[in-house]
Amino acid sequence: MLNKTLKQLSDSLAAGEFSSTELTSAYLEQIKARDSALNAFITVTDEQALAAAKTADQRRANGEQSPLLGLPIAIKDIFCTTGVKTSCGSKMLDNFIAPYESTATSKLSDAGMIMLGKTNMDEFAMGSSTESSFYGPTKNPWDQESVPGGSSGGSAVAVAARLAPAALGTDTGGSIRQPAALCGITGLKPTYGRVSRWGMIAYGSSFDQGGPMTQTAEDAALILNAIAGFDSRDSTSMDQPVEDYSAGLNQALKGLRIGLPKEYFGDGLDDGIRAAVMEAVKTFEQQGATVKEISLPRTELSIPAYYIIAPAEASTNLSRFDGVRFGYRCDNPKDLMDMYTRTRSEGFGDEVKRRIMIGAYALSAGYYDAYYRKAQQLRRMIKQDFQAALSEVDVIMGPTTPSTAWKIGAKSKDPVDMYLEDIYTLSVNLAGLPGMSIPCGFKDGMPIGLQVIGNYFDESRLLNIGHQFQLATDWHTKKPAV
Amino acid sequence: MSLDRSQVETVAKLARLAIDDSEINDYVSSLSSILDLVDQLQAIDTTGVEPLANPLDAAQRLRPDAVTETNQREALQTNAPQAEAGLFLVPKVIE
Repeated sequence: MLNKTLKQLSDSLAAGEFSSTELTSAYLEQIKARDSALNAFITVTDEQALAAAKTADQRRANGEQSPLLGLPIAIKDIFCTTGVKTSCGSKMLDNFIAPYESTATSKLSDAGMIMLGKTNMDEFAMGSSTESSFYGPTKNPWDQESVPGGSSGGSAVAVAARLAPAALGTDTGGSIRQPAALCGITGLKPTYGRVSRWGMIAYGSSFDQGGPMTQTAEDAALILNAIAGFDSRDSTSMDQPVEDYSAGLNQALKGLRIGLPKEYFGDGLDDGIRAAVMEAVKTFEQQGATVKEISLPRTELSIPAYYIIAPAEASTNLSRFDGVRFGYRCDNPKDLMDMYTRTRSEGFGDEVKRRIMIGAYALSAGYYDAYYRKAQQLRRMIKQDFQAALSEVDVIMGPTTPSTAWKIGAKSKDPVDMYLEDIYTLSVNLAGLPGMSIPCGFKDGMPIGLQVIGNYFDESRLLNIGHQFQLATDWHTKKPAV
Repeated sequence: MSLDRSQVETVAKLARLAIDDSEINDYVSSLSSILDLVDQLQAIDTTGVEPLANPLDAAQRLRPDAVTETNQREALQTNAPQAEAGLFLVPKVIE
């Protein structure tokens, strides 16, 4: 039962093949047996999970039939979950028991989903490898010496290794799509504002977006159906009607107009990834889609724009960690300044400190116009490039990442090496567009992701494309050897 | 653009961070290489382009000034490093 997709498990529960309690126990046993090697979870909430499964079984016995009822899910440890440690991968929040529930997780539990535990992540979601976690690196199940990507690496590994049938991640610069690509699963970053950010610990508030990480696009649609929607508690939540994201999965792709940005196929791209992506594009052509080359001329500039604006927002957001109201406080502070400074220096890891300092620098007097304002102007130009492209094509396709998973430690010396790995994902967050990564092949045994970028609020089309691809190919069914 | 040691120390202080002497050279070099990377954007002409703060160009939504939350002081203070009688305790500020 552990290899089934979320949709298949949903059908099995509805048919009474097994109970939610049996299913949840089976996943908890898998986690117990295998997670000491993978380190995908920071916290396993077995008692709560079994209690919730029992409740779900009762709800079903009472005649309830919602599609997610009784299905387990792993939650990135960035979502506040009442009464459960919510660490954000940081020593700063190692002692933080969330006193309230994020909107996204509360919608999942309303739908009857069972939280198995909280997954590992780069500290405060700042990273592309899950190596910066206070709780140690998560291992890629396809090669345990390699990184799983990040920052939602624990969520990606939980799904890839079949420790959970689905997971929730967040994506500020690629943190759902990139680990999905590196672990061979499906990951969807919705349009900015589609899923509430309330109760999601903030990194870059004008970028952050939660979304599903699953085996298939069909499964991602089920999760998005539950978590999408307006939330008055999130000031940037968009008041847009929520579609039934499962309804359009079976539409034919005939006539679909695909754009391939030439900048996504340049020098930095691995040849094996290029070949796999072009092979995937051919699959869509066989289904009646048309393909044309487009240009997103400022793709490379998305790196400087992102690495100014996101750290600027981070330096502001993380100023709340002051040792006063919650989280870590240093021992024996001698005065207020000493308390702030030692609390933050001891509580934050290196990459978080670097980004706070870059952000503080970019926002400081005399540099604001040259950095922050300039980056925001560039952000508009990047958005306009996408809008021009998306007036000619329905979706944009390309690789999710320039290379497959690298060895743990290989890129942790120079932060800039790691930043360059985000080249194809960052611009999507700058523009606030939805983006999805689906498995499309392997290079030397390591998974490759195809990225599909759509217009604002066009998640249905992305999921339709993902589902049609997964009906025609079997990359999404491949799983790492145990 | 590269930063020198004293600039790194100033930024650290602004951000309420202290960098150990043993680590300061690493920070000087990594922050300088990040600034070199982001300095690429100085070459771009952005004259007349309106800065984009919200990717959907959405304006901040307003709501009626009404109480919507209940008082949860005790629950929230269970996470405080030090609290007493409903107050957060900090080192002495005023002599």
